Amino acid sequence: MSMPPIISALRRHKAGVILIALQIALTLAIVTNAVYIIDQRVERVNRTTGIDESNLLLVQQAWVDAPDDQSPTGVIQLDAMLREDIDALRRLPDVASVAATSTLPLLNMANNNGISLSPEQKKPTSRVSLYFGDENLIDTLGLRLVAGRAFTAADVVRQGLRDTGLPPIVIVTKLLADKLFPRGDALGKVVYIGGDTHPLTIVGIVERLQSPTTKDWAEEFAYNSAIVPVRRVGFFSLYAIRTRAGREDTVRQAVGPALYAVNPLRVFGDGTSARSFAEIRRKAYRDDYGMMIMMAVVCLILIGTTAAGIVGLTSFWVGQRTHQIGVRRALGARKVDILRYFQVENLLIAGGGTLIGAVLALALNLWLVTHFEMSRMPMNFLVAGMIAVLVLGQAAVLSPARRAANVPPVVATRSI
Amino acid sequence: MFAYYLELAWRSLKRSPGLTILMVLAIGFGVAASMTTWSVFRAVSGDAIPWKSARLFVPQIDPWGQPALFDSTPQGSKGEPPDVLTYTDAMALMHAHRAIRQSAMYRIEPSVVPALANRHPIHVDGHAVYSEFFPMVDVPFLYGGGWSAGDDARRADVVVISSQLNDKAFGGGNSVGKSLKIDNSVYRVVGVIDRWNPQPRFYDVANSEVFSLDADAVFVPFERAIANGIYNSGNTNCAGPPLEPGFIGLRRSSCVWISFMVELDPASAVEYRAFLDGYAREQQRAGRFTWPPNNRLRTLNEFLDYEHVVPRDTRVSLLVALGLFGVCLVNTVGLLLAKFLRRSSEIGVRRALGAPRRALYAQFLTEAAVIGVAGGVLGLLLTGVGVLSVGLVFSPEIAALARLDVPLLALTLAVSVGATVLAGIYPTWRAARVQPAWQLKSN
Repeated sequence: MSMPPIISALRRHKAGVILIALQIALTLAIVTNAVYIIDQRVERVNRTTGIDESNLLLVQQAWVDAPDDQSPTGVIQLDAMLREDIDALRRLPDVASVAATSTLPLLNMANNNGISLSPEQKKPTSRVSLYFGDENLIDTLGLRLVAGRAFTAADVVRQGLRDTGLPPIVIVTKLLADKLFPRGDALGKVVYIGGDTHPLTIVGIVERLQSPTTKDWAEEFAYNSAIVPVRRVGFFSLYAIRTRAGREDTVRQAVGPALYAVNPLRVFGDGTSARSFAEIRRKAYRDDYGMMIMMAVVCLILIGTTAAGIVGLTSFWVGQRTHQIGVRRALGARKVDILRYFQVENLLIAGGGTLIGAVLALALNLWLVTHFEMSRMPMNFLVAGMIAVLVLGQAAVLSPARRAANVPPVVATRSI
Repeated sequence: MFAYYLELAWRSLKRSPGLTILMVLAIGFGVAASMTTWSVFRAVSGDAIPWKSARLFVPQIDPWGQPALFDSTPQGSKGEPPDVLTYTDAMALMHAHRAIRQSAMYRIEPSVVPALANRHPIHVDGHAVYSEFFPMVDVPFLYGGGWSAGDDARRADVVVISSQLNDKAFGGGNSVGKSLKIDNSVYRVVGVIDRWNPQPRFYDVANSEVFSLDADAVFVPFERAIANGIYNSGNTNCAGPPLEPGFIGLRRSSCVWISFMVELDPASAVEYRAFLDGYAREQQRAGRFTWPPNNRLRTLNEFLDYEHVVPRDTRVSLLVALGLFGVCLVNTVGLLLAKFLRRSSEIGVRRALGAPRRALYAQFLTEAAVIGVAGGVLGLLLTGVGVLSVGLVFSPEIAALARLDVPLLALTLAVSVGATVLAGIYPTWRAARVQPAWQLKSN
């Protein structure tokens, strides 16, 4: 099949050709960027937190008549109240373990700080998310200790909410340990947190523990977490509960009554006495799921519209050229030649559109990078998008091209 | 004549139902996607206090002379001062009292014990503010009012509550004068706010959830809250650790945690700016600051913009939806072109019989408008579905703001008709250029 006739035919209906090419270009530009956004969000929500997320509950509560956490006796009283709560929870059937904690991954309630190798350092070596917890926290969350030891009851100190200073030992994540000590010898080394002059010795390393903060500005230190053996007491407290497999709901029902029985003058956060980790995860990534749905809907509408547009315009051309097709058939062109003609024509138009679209897609991505703090789209997205759009064009042109191929040669003898 | 063109359009559209349906669907989906995202964008980017926003300003003072270790504002690392103040600076601005009205404020989340029997205590949101806060942001009162400057100075145990809390704690009615236990202390109710939950919560976007389903339920005098040690539940951002423990340590530290708003005559903003710089120079002389003044005084709207109150996802969604609408329009141009040129012979006959180009323009643009109306009606239905289901895509706080109202519906219809007519201009022009002689000959 020779190209020149196709190209000269294209010149005869410039407007239609340009419109289809433009539509394909815009579709490619928007769809590749939308798919890239979806891909990024999928990656984001599929990250693991490092904790065992099933059968895990969080209780968030505040006492109404809490003693003052700024007086030493208040701290002792609050600590006793906290331990009384934990004992009550531990006595519930189907509870495997309970720990006092200051937060959980994805909870967006964070104590972020700087971590340094020396107390005089002006700029910290890394940013870090701090977890304050008792000796049961690592087990309750199901963290995997890869080096060193976990905390014992003797390590744990009690502190008021506004107390400064940290205990002398810390457990860090593998990622943070490697960042602080790239030679991999972090265990036993000392670090300084938040400009405090007291050293903390690294006694253990956990494989992975995500930060409580899921916001964009915290991405850079999302897995740089540290745990200190502190029972932090104040007017509010958080308890992590590990239930026996499949008993999450049963335990959840029992938490409220059990704690009200200990002390009725309290309020639960978020309107519920206990939340499952699945709910915390859903809430943290709610906007990301929304964005995925939004982008997917846009892609579907776009692809549908563009395919329909190609079908529509090609059908018009087929109708316009019925007579010529008949003449070609009468002069000996086979059905497959007519089919090929429309397929090649579409390939040329879609090919042109795809090239313009590739430039537009990159420009759009660059614009999103500069104005919306997005990341650069890798080339393979663009290449996949270009191929997909060409395939879409071929699929859309198939039905009108078949119709053209079925024009009988006898049409040539009729005058419309 | 118009009725005749309508009839012609109707006949033409009936002749190729597939193409017609395709165009209507494209316009309908395109306009609905745009309008749905627009309804959300419109809701989150709105001015919550349009009659006064030009008179409200947010001062920022740099207490560190270095970028923050943590900054959630997008521009934070670019030499901008933090978006909230230290206790020291906030108190200095309060005592200088250089604006018409001003208030330092901090977010609190205390528990409240309802006066009604057999109720568990409840957890509420609120702010510790100064008396000038209420007239400054025009808080509407159902009963009573704010407290006085004297109450500020006396650190009076007074509280202003929301009508929702009034219902929950007292069962509604005029509760002015009643007592309410907040955390460990008892306060006297001086005012009940009429329904008021501005979106965004413009008076403290730095520390609050910017969009919130629940209104702030309690407002207590700032200095009373400090004295009672009511916990600051917003963000605290420090350049170094506080030197002393406790609330007093936080107050004396260089940590920032207090939001501030002033009301100024816009013409005197220059003077207030000079006052801020003078204050910073004074601190420099006293040795507290070791850097030249680095202050800002943004109007409320500039500040909301600076804080990126409109979520990034909302803006990207709107842009992508507009792009989608653009593609739908290009699609419509192509299909209209095909549709009109298919009737070249009919055009030739009409032209040969003496129809001027103007008549052809009217005829074809009418046809485009008919498609626009049909697309618009479909768009209305789909926008309705879209707005009702924004909860699937946007968070509930934002979804609650997206409303289906008459202006939105009118805009949907207007946009689809306008855009379709616009899309019809080129195909119409092409159709009007058809040479009658050529068409007649080829037949």
